[in-house]
Amino acid sequence: MNDRAPIFSPTRISALAWNTLTELTRLKIFYFLLIFALLVIGNSFFMAKLTPEEEFQMLKDISLGAMSIFTALIAILATAMLLPKDLEDRTTFTILAKPVPRYEYLAGKLLGILLLLGISIAIMTALFLAVLWLREQGAIEEIRAAFTQKQINAEDLMREIASIQAATFNANLAPGIAIIFVKAALLAALTLMISAFASSAIFTMMITIAIYFIGHLQATAREYWLEGMDIRWWTRPALALIALLFPDLQAFSLTDDIVVGNPIPFALFAQTGALGLLYVAVYFLLACFFFSNREL
Amino acid sequence: MKRAAAAIGLLLLFGAARLPYEIHLTRLQRAAGFRTASLDLPLREKVGQMGFVAALSGFRSLVAAVLWIEANNAWQNVEWGRMAGLFQTVTTLQPKSILYWDMSAWHMAWNASIAAFEDKSQPSEVLRRRAERQYWEVGKKFYEDGLRSNPDSANLWEKLAILERDKFDDHSSAATAFATAAGKPGARPYLRRMTAYEVAQIPGREREAYDTLKALYDEGPGQRVPRVITLLKELEEKLGIPADQRIKEGH
Repeated sequence: MNDRAPIFSPTRISALAWNTLTELTRLKIFYFLLIFALLVIGNSFFMAKLTPEEEFQMLKDISLGAMSIFTALIAILATAMLLPKDLEDRTTFTILAKPVPRYEYLAGKLLGILLLLGISIAIMTALFLAVLWLREQGAIEEIRAAFTQKQINAEDLMREIASIQAATFNANLAPGIAIIFVKAALLAALTLMISAFASSAIFTMMITIAIYFIGHLQATAREYWLEGMDIRWWTRPALALIALLFPDLQAFSLTDDIVVGNPIPFALFAQTGALGLLYVAVYFLLACFFFSNREL
Repeated sequence: MKRAAAAIGLLLLFGAARLPYEIHLTRLQRAAGFRTASLDLPLREKVGQMGFVAALSGFRSLVAAVLWIEANNAWQNVEWGRMAGLFQTVTTLQPKSILYWDMSAWHMAWNASIAAFEDKSQPSEVLRRRAERQYWEVGKKFYEDGLRSNPDSANLWEKLAILERDKFDDHSSAATAFATAAGKPGARPYLRRMTAYEVAQIPGREREAYDTLKALYDEGPGQRVPRVITLLKELEEKLGIPADQRIKEGH
């Protein structure tokens, strides 16, 4: 009988992932959802004097913007805490003393944080869609009331209802939200990679937040570098370094245009998602590389 | 130290490997209408440091929404100049939003212009008329700039046509804009009629107006609205159309 542990065990990884999710839930991370709910429901106070179309636009802008902020914050802050907390609690030693390879430990951690991000986005999406639906029904009721009072004719009623429905739900919101998740997953993997060699959670957070900002300028740096714009000779290598070292986070900021009704072709969505998953995979492998020989 | 150098080397290798793909993806995204907002220094001056950083960090739509709410507050306080500035910023941040272009133009060309004309603090009617016209121009510019970013928007073309017709009394420009709107995806069915109505107002183009209206009339009852019939009758008289070729309605 072979009693050696398998090199790769999905059961062990899922146990670690579940444990990570439970740990983060105990840290009351889901409380941020209350703030999101307040923001989505409460912004109606600012919208009392807007037209229904403006109101729906604001609701979508604010909700998806808040989703992006919250998921980015969770991805960075929660991931940055994971490894230092396990080291402090000595949980790392307990786990790694068992036949659990370090890469499985990291895979479990990453999967746990991805589960947390997935659950958070699902809850925020449900809340956002519920509020959007309620607002849509309210606006349609108002139009129907105007028709009943003979302020508008049947043709106008149908046109107004179609206009309200077009301004609320569109199929592009789904890929837009999926891209928010992909960006958050990328940030989680990036944070895990930095955390794998960092000495403290604060250091990890600071570096990742700095990369977050630089990442949004990466495309500009790349264009200046490659298109030979009017720059000094010594800035060119610096721009090249930025373009090669940092992720292009603007590639995942498509929601800004999706919320105003710009349709995203499936091929473009798939290619953007594929780039995000590639980043996650490479950052995870680098995290394993850093963590494999780290002195604990 | 060796490990850090190796890690940076690996990151650079990964960067070099993904570079062509990222360039290709950026091109595809731009071609599909994404990442088209120009986040430059003039915008930095308009939105302030925090707003600019937020816009650069992937929260462009959120910054635009907040500024739009601020513009609506400016409207409540009747601050037209401030509103115009905020509208310019919002439309720079969200150039693909038809709603922002349309509402900005409407506020300027209709609300602000009327307010300028009715401004009791300005005793000179000449100056009030001039201010009114300036706001029409501001509104028109919003439509034109919006159409540069969204050339296929039937809604913006239609609104530009209405502005040309109702404010500038320019039937030729209105007809061109209505005709362009009618050819865009999602155009409302009445736009072809609107084009013909405007052409009918232009001296020397009566024959063209008649032919268009007659073609619409011949399409069937759906197009035979009272105004089409009235205009056709007027044009039949004006152009001396033989009795057997005239429409039957009203005879």
